[in-house]
Amino acid sequence: MASSEEDGTNGSSEAGDEKEAIGKRRRLGFLATVWLTFYNIAMTAGWLVLAIAMVRFYMEKGTHRGLYKSIQKTLKFFQTLALLEVVHCLIGIVPTSVLVTGVQVSSRIFMVWLVTHSIKPIQNEESVALFLVSWTVTEITRYSFYTFSLLDHLPHFIKWARYNFFIILYPVGVAGELLTIYAALPYVKKSGMFSVRLPNKYNVSFDYYYFLLITMASYIPLFPQLYFHMLRQRRKVLHGEVIVEKDD
Amino acid sequence: MKHYEVEILDAKTREKLCFLDKVEPQATIAEIKTLFTKTHPQWYPARQSLRLDPKGKSLKDEDVLQKLPVGTTATLFFRDLGAQISWVTVFLTEYAGPLFIYLLFYFRVPFIYGHKYDFTSSRHTVVHLACLCHSFHYVKRLLETLFVHRFSHGTMPLRNIFKNCTYYWGFAAWMAYYINHPLYTPPTYGSQQVKLALTIFVICQLGNFSIHMALRDLRPAGSKTRKIPYPTKNPFTWLFLLVSCPNYTYEVGSWIGFAIMTQCVPVALFSLVGFTQMTIWAKGKHRSYLREFRDYPPLRMPIIPFLL
Repeated sequence: MASSEEDGTNGSSEAGDEKEAIGKRRRLGFLATVWLTFYNIAMTAGWLVLAIAMVRFYMEKGTHRGLYKSIQKTLKFFQTLALLEVVHCLIGIVPTSVLVTGVQVSSRIFMVWLVTHSIKPIQNEESVALFLVSWTVTEITRYSFYTFSLLDHLPHFIKWARYNFFIILYPVGVAGELLTIYAALPYVKKSGMFSVRLPNKYNVSFDYYYFLLITMASYIPLFPQLYFHMLRQRRKVLHGEVIVEKDD
Repeated sequence: MKHYEVEILDAKTREKLCFLDKVEPQATIAEIKTLFTKTHPQWYPARQSLRLDPKGKSLKDEDVLQKLPVGTTATLFFRDLGAQISWVTVFLTEYAGPLFIYLLFYFRVPFIYGHKYDFTSSRHTVVHLACLCHSFHYVKRLLETLFVHRFSHGTMPLRNIFKNCTYYWGFAAWMAYYINHPLYTPPTYGSQQVKLALTIFVICQLGNFSIHMALRDLRPAGSKTRKIPYPTKNPFTWLFLLVSCPNYTYEVGSWIGFAIMTQCVPVALFSLVGFTQMTIWAKGKHRSYLREFRDYPPLRMPIIPFLL
């Protein structure tokens, strides 16, 4: 789910693992702390640059058409860089599951490279602007939250934003993504892009059109799970409610 | 003889669920579970996890009350493991599926391929051979489940059957679709490739079976004892010198053989996923061997000799 907020923290004191008590500090090596602080500042800055570029574009042109083209290089750079977050989980400096982070980063990479970049006719759809705005606000909130947490000076507003903005941003982002994929379908079917047909010597076939349909369908079970997970985290963090979690 | 009192509390809510008085000191956890079921019939023993600490490890069925670090009034914490299903049931279901599903594709049952292909037969020998190998593999697994394996646990959570069947049945259908497709392309190096692959497959199937038999002979019927497995007179078991779980090694080998035989990417992917899962299991098993036995042979690796 591309616009979902990952519960794990990029090295902040709030542990991503539900089972850990909120506020329990993890002992991070000095080097890891320095690196993660740098990484999160860089990502906050990157998405801020994107936000400003988008605002300037709209103020100058008054339309969303051409928006993607104007910011695509910066978007691709910073969104692709997020692959590092999977590495952070792998080497253990961030307490989130590799699988969860992997799924979330992959879905963003998928949306940027395998849909928006590759299927040019849909780049001027409104839905693209929709998910771009949602992602931008989400990421600025998220990365600044991690940065401040690492530096041990988390302003209440940032914490509030991280656990409240998603309520609107998450469904909006999902809507933008789904509408974009939907708009892309006819072009994918006509061009047969990214597809492999029989016969071939490896006896396999792949139809990107059906793959996109299945991806869209997968949002149905995945989105509510992630959304309610964030809602539970919100209740725990902001209101200190004791939630009896269903054990897996 | 002093009797014990046992109180059972819910591990999450600490609510008092059951109080048992006049419990024999030599009572086992299994017997206590049976007593608990009497007051809460919806929680049959297989779905009970009793522990001394709410967040601690489950006590074993064989543990004796007297030997536990408790006073004469013992407090046990209960966790519901959820609906359970027997291992045998799960294995039979998850293996019968692929056997049956593959044959649907092999016989080109209607609505899979175009109507002009209904009930036709492939003209490639390797396709018939593949059907034999695949079917043999799953028949072997079914028979082993019924007659060979000795399970440590009776049950597993019910949701596992859905997860496992999706995996086995899904991959079986995916593989079978391509191998039995009218547009199937036989292996690039022809019968040489097929012969080599078949040899690998047969050797690994024999190897896998040999290991299953050796493991069965390690453990007497009805017992749950664990011993270090060692090579026997059967040469296939000599792999025990180098790995802890040669059954998994041979299983991966079988599927690699099948992948080479059919030259089919979905088969290769299935082998890869299986290999990943079996490596995780092998590493776990290897670790518990090392923990349990001081004199465990140091040369052994979990699944791949010298490497992994």
